[in-house]
Amino acid sequence: MMTRRQGLAAALLTPWMRGVWAADAAAPLGDQERALHALERLGFGPRPADSETILAQGPGAWLKGFLGAQLQGARIDLPDALDQRLAAEDTARLDQGELYERFRRAQQLERELKKAQTDGDKADDKDDKAAPNPRRELVRPVVIQASEQRLLRALASPAQLEEVLVDFWFNHFNVYAGKGPVSVWVGSYEREAIRPNVFGSFRAMLGATAKHPAMLFYLDNAQSVAANFHPRGRFGASRPANPKQANGLNENYARELMELHTLGVDGGYTQRDVTELARMLTGWTFDPKPSWGDGASLFRFVDQRHDQGRKHWLGRTVEPNGQGEGEMALDVLAAHPSTARHIGFQLAQAFVADEPPPALVQRLADRFIAAKDSRTQLRDVMQELVQSDEFWSREAFRAKFKSPYRYVLSSLRVLAPADMALADTLPREVQPLLGALNQAGMPLYGSVTPDGYKNTAAAWQNPEALTQRVQLAQTLNKRFDKRPALATRESDMVLATLGPLLSASTIASVRGATPDLRTPLLLGSPDFMRF
Amino acid sequence: MQRRHLLQLAGWTWLSGATAVARAAAPTQNKLVVVMLRGAVDGLSIVAPYGDPHYAQSRDTIRLAAPGGGDASLLQLDGLFGLNPALSPLLPYWQRGQLGFVHASGSPDPTRSHFDAQDYMESGTPGLKSTGDGWLNRLLQALPGPAAPTRAVNMGATLPRIFSGTAEVASLGLGPKAFAHEAIDDPRMQAALASMYAKDSQLGHTFDAATEGRGEMQRSMAADAATGGDDKTGMDPRIDRGAPSASGFAADAQRLGRLIQRDPHTQLAFTSVGGWDTHINQGGAKGQLAGKLAALGRGLDALAQGLGPALDNTVVVVMSEFGRTVRENGTHGTDHGRGNVMWLLGGPVNGGHVHGEWPGLDTAALADGRDLAVVSDFRSVLANIAQRHLGLGDAQLAQVFPAEHERWSAWRGAALLRTA
Repeated sequence: MMTRRQGLAAALLTPWMRGVWAADAAAPLGDQERALHALERLGFGPRPADSETILAQGPGAWLKGFLGAQLQGARIDLPDALDQRLAAEDTARLDQGELYERFRRAQQLERELKKAQTDGDKADDKDDKAAPNPRRELVRPVVIQASEQRLLRALASPAQLEEVLVDFWFNHFNVYAGKGPVSVWVGSYEREAIRPNVFGSFRAMLGATAKHPAMLFYLDNAQSVAANFHPRGRFGASRPANPKQANGLNENYARELMELHTLGVDGGYTQRDVTELARMLTGWTFDPKPSWGDGASLFRFVDQRHDQGRKHWLGRTVEPNGQGEGEMALDVLAAHPSTARHIGFQLAQAFVADEPPPALVQRLADRFIAAKDSRTQLRDVMQELVQSDEFWSREAFRAKFKSPYRYVLSSLRVLAPADMALADTLPREVQPLLGALNQAGMPLYGSVTPDGYKNTAAAWQNPEALTQRVQLAQTLNKRFDKRPALATRESDMVLATLGPLLSASTIASVRGATPDLRTPLLLGSPDFMRF
Repeated sequence: MQRRHLLQLAGWTWLSGATAVARAAAPTQNKLVVVMLRGAVDGLSIVAPYGDPHYAQSRDTIRLAAPGGGDASLLQLDGLFGLNPALSPLLPYWQRGQLGFVHASGSPDPTRSHFDAQDYMESGTPGLKSTGDGWLNRLLQALPGPAAPTRAVNMGATLPRIFSGTAEVASLGLGPKAFAHEAIDDPRMQAALASMYAKDSQLGHTFDAATEGRGEMQRSMAADAATGGDDKTGMDPRIDRGAPSASGFAADAQRLGRLIQRDPHTQLAFTSVGGWDTHINQGGAKGQLAGKLAALGRGLDALAQGLGPALDNTVVVVMSEFGRTVRENGTHGTDHGRGNVMWLLGGPVNGGHVHGEWPGLDTAALADGRDLAVVSDFRSVLANIAQRHLGLGDAQLAQVFPAEHERWSAWRGAALLRTA
């Protein structure tokens, strides 16, 4: 049969191909291009189902509906198939204390195992796969499930902008799963501190990250105490000093809070401001005892650990005020013009161009400040961005290089046939995807440093990346190696879905190749490296 | 005072620097490997100034014992400095005169931001954010002699700032399968991809670097396998097994060394190792930092073994963006500081010496009253290697480390390299 799909490919390809070849560099984006640009920048790329809907509704009408749904704050329900997969993951329902308890149990079991090994006979073979490994059994599944939640939503949630922003803001307030109990908390951190706030207030997200045990532990603030602090016994008696106990400041969080989370490195602060802010934040810690059992936060402000002196920070004198000092600091930082510019720059860089237009950065910063008391501050800023001419400019179109995260997700999305049940298009397990991200130097929840991952071509465009992506493209396509008819059907689907994103030379090369190579060539093409 | 002043005047542009004779470019086969320790390693725990009375006073739980106190004490380098005992696999290199250090070195820019400081150390222009490329790429362009696809090799999944620029750099992936056949090596696939990438002005050269570099590396390593190169190194084959990061580094480093040994074109290589940001529970002769240093030491030893005879004309530089506070912090770690130690390993190194002027740890001598001062500009060390080891002329060196915007000085300590 002249399949519906081939007809679709022909219908989609012809009109825009003429358009692109004829387009001069300054011509505004056409409706079809705008629709795809929206799917690429405000989501993780088009799926075949999207291109069918665009065709059915017309690109102009489709785009209006898409932008409205993504940005107007109406609830977007998840498809049942996705909901069921997400609901099957039990560790996503554990609270901070229960998760920590799991981590401690793994530690405890590890200690006992070690002891048993030293006490008893030396283990003959340390590589025994059947040997108990508490971390693998108790901790690893929590990280895998968090990763699965993240990746499945990014692949299949219709609330695509939310997924893009969850990645953006997690990265902005990065924590690293490889550091102690942060492993069990990354999912909780994303669920509780990041996701609820991506369209909300920056101050709320800043506070939520500051108080989540994942951040308190990752950047060491949980242990930072007033200089010469000595813990007291229950009845106020001074205990003998424990050499293992913290007895002074740790500047780590205070520095990154200003450098990365708010003001930016050139935002106007000194080493003295770092130290003073660290003093103001002493006592912000978490209570590791899971005795609360009410799903509550583990965050505690412990006045005994707090530096009770007067501080001088960012040109102001801060009188002793317990937890209020840190809260005041977060207020000041969240409303600071340097923070507004820093966030404006980062959003414009992520959504528009590696070197974002300064005028756009300024408008985003202005909107950030104007909306600072709004409960939808960050939604307002995103609206400003998506309404901007810069976002829809031809210079911005297909101008960014995909990160490994985006490359993997967009590949799987473009290969998900529209006529297949959603459940069947979702990967059964995410470990192979996590492996691909590891290999590409972008392990999920695995950025060791607090600046997270960059989203520029300079960070990701390199020979090794192309080698790995071509390999991945071929691996994803192996199933049709020996079946030319199915392979052709698939490459037609990809051609139709990517439409205006492909150059004439890519299409010509693909058309000239044998069927088994066509989809790998499309996914390995220079066009598919960009978004 | 006056002598130093004069030297500084003479040295601010190394064109009229200490040698006073303009150098002309001369091609060599010599090699430079740069290993960057990202996260700011505590140099005072690598080459510890046990002879400085303020050292032990400043560090309660993380100080290392003076040499001669058993396994956990420092390995004596000289009357002032000792090497962390976790680095014992490297002591023979010191004893053979193949390992030296430059202490109190680093960047003149006072930033304590990891990210800015790494950026400056990789751009080679501290304080100047507008530099678009990295100094190792500029060095690749300035090297005398003909270009080749594998003249510069980056080991890792991503191309670091230090290698960004217009010259093509080959990529060596991590892990035991780095030289394995991949889809991109398939001739049909490669031909079709080549026709697509040929017309792409931004990605075309990246694609060429991938295919040409892989082709040459695979040819070199096929020769390596044919001549039994694997066995000659005496490395434990089990080294490839097991965990990523620390222990994986030794296997990767050995592979890089073998590649350099086998590929006569390779002159520049870079890789990095992370995880040095020890704000908390840093440990002393045992513990967090010691464990990581032990893995790094094994890795550098493996690199040297992989290089084999090529170690004789290779300089390995190990550097980190800044040092850490002299004083232990409140959580048994160290916060961000300034001066650090650079390591130099290889046959051409004037080893067995801790080079550079030691400013001391007296509070008055510390930067901002808290950090080891930077006495030796990292560029003066690198420039010295670029000229004396890699044969750069004065004009080429000026492209690699531009002197216009900042008055950095030529290396003015004792010779870092043996005279040929």
